[in-house]
Amino acid sequence: MSTAVLDEAAPAPTPEVIESFTVTLIVRRYNPEVDEQPKWVDYDVEMFATDRILDALHKIKWEQDGSLTFRRSCAHGICGSDAMRINGRNRLACKTLIKDLDISKPIYVEAIKGLPLEKDLIVDMDPFFESFREVQPFLIPSSKPGAGKERIQSVADRARFDDTTKCILCAACTSSCPIFWTDGQYFGPAAIVNAHRFIFDSRDDAAKVRLDILNDKEGVWRCRTTFNCTDACPRGIQVTQAIAEVKQAIMRGKP
Amino acid sequence: MWSWVLHRITGVAIFFFLLVHILDTALVRVSPEAYNAVIGTYQTPIMGLGEVALVGAIVFHAFNGLRIILIDFWSKGTRYQKAMFYVVIALWVITMLGFTPRHLINVFSH
Ligand code: FES
Repeated sequence: MSTAVLDEAAPAPTPEVIESFTVTLIVRRYNPEVDEQPKWVDYDVEMFATDRILDALHKIKWEQDGSLTFRRSCAHGICGSDAMRINGRNRLACKTLIKDLDISKPIYVEAIKGLPLEKDLIVDMDPFFESFREVQPFLIPSSKPGAGKERIQSVADRARFDDTTKCILCAACTSSCPIFWTDGQYFGPAAIVNAHRFIFDSRDDAAKVRLDILNDKEGVWRCRTTFNCTDACPRGIQVTQAIAEVKQAIMRGKP
Repeated sequence: MWSWVLHRITGVAIFFFLLVHILDTALVRVSPEAYNAVIGTYQTPIMGLGEVALVGAIVFHAFNGLRIILIDFWSKGTRYQKAMFYVVIALWVITMLGFTPRHLINVFSH
């Protein structure tokens, strides 16, 4: 029984304390029933370095002010509900760690720009999904696969559009685009990314249709290569690259 | 983002320069004296500094324009866009280092 004996001389092991910090969040609040203008409200929350901005918002909502309104579902970067502007950059609240931000200064949190503000951190996503639907983001094959067979695709053909399959439609890219801010008619990077996903799919036969749609005045040519979308994408999609490929496909007349 | 902002600002600035430039050149049709009077006012040191700004804007717009063409037409363009932006800045600095001293000596030695 040697292991169970406590050595009297040794100092009692201190339980490991995880350091926590008081973080100040300044949230842009807006209640359409009361406020004429959105206003900035500060909250102090106790956070660990490994917590995320989403946890901070939860703490505020659960412990300080239940009226704070924001969207989130999965809380793990899958559903794309909680894109917001954090310190001026579009990110997912559930993927932004406190330790990656400078907490000696307050953290500014506001709704994404360019879409109509509904309440606090929630915007009306309808125009965004409208553009998404317009590019026909679904497989349009011209032939049926053989009875009981699948559509065969080579590894290389699959890899051609792999990057753009990662989109979670969070709108971080579209709402970071200065062109979209001033011209809400522009399809926006997210719609183009999702068109790219099918334009370059070897099983799909409607690339021409989609290229025609995007050859519009409000289509890919609105892109001024500011690269804001590529910087904003929480999935690391090379958005500007995808847009450039669609531009070239339009010029070529085929994918 | 900043490359685009600078490209816009320099673009608009160059546009207004061209507008004024077309107007003052057109003056020669009105009367050569009026043309001379207007052009004479350009020979002041303040205008000389303005010319430095104008050349700076044109040089940036030109080099960044080439960068944008590469982004659009070269398949690896988007991957190297940051590096190309630094090259644009470097080329701009080199060009301006060559131009500004010579130009200012000309302006201020009159
Ligand atoms: S809550 Fe689902 S992506 Fe953040």
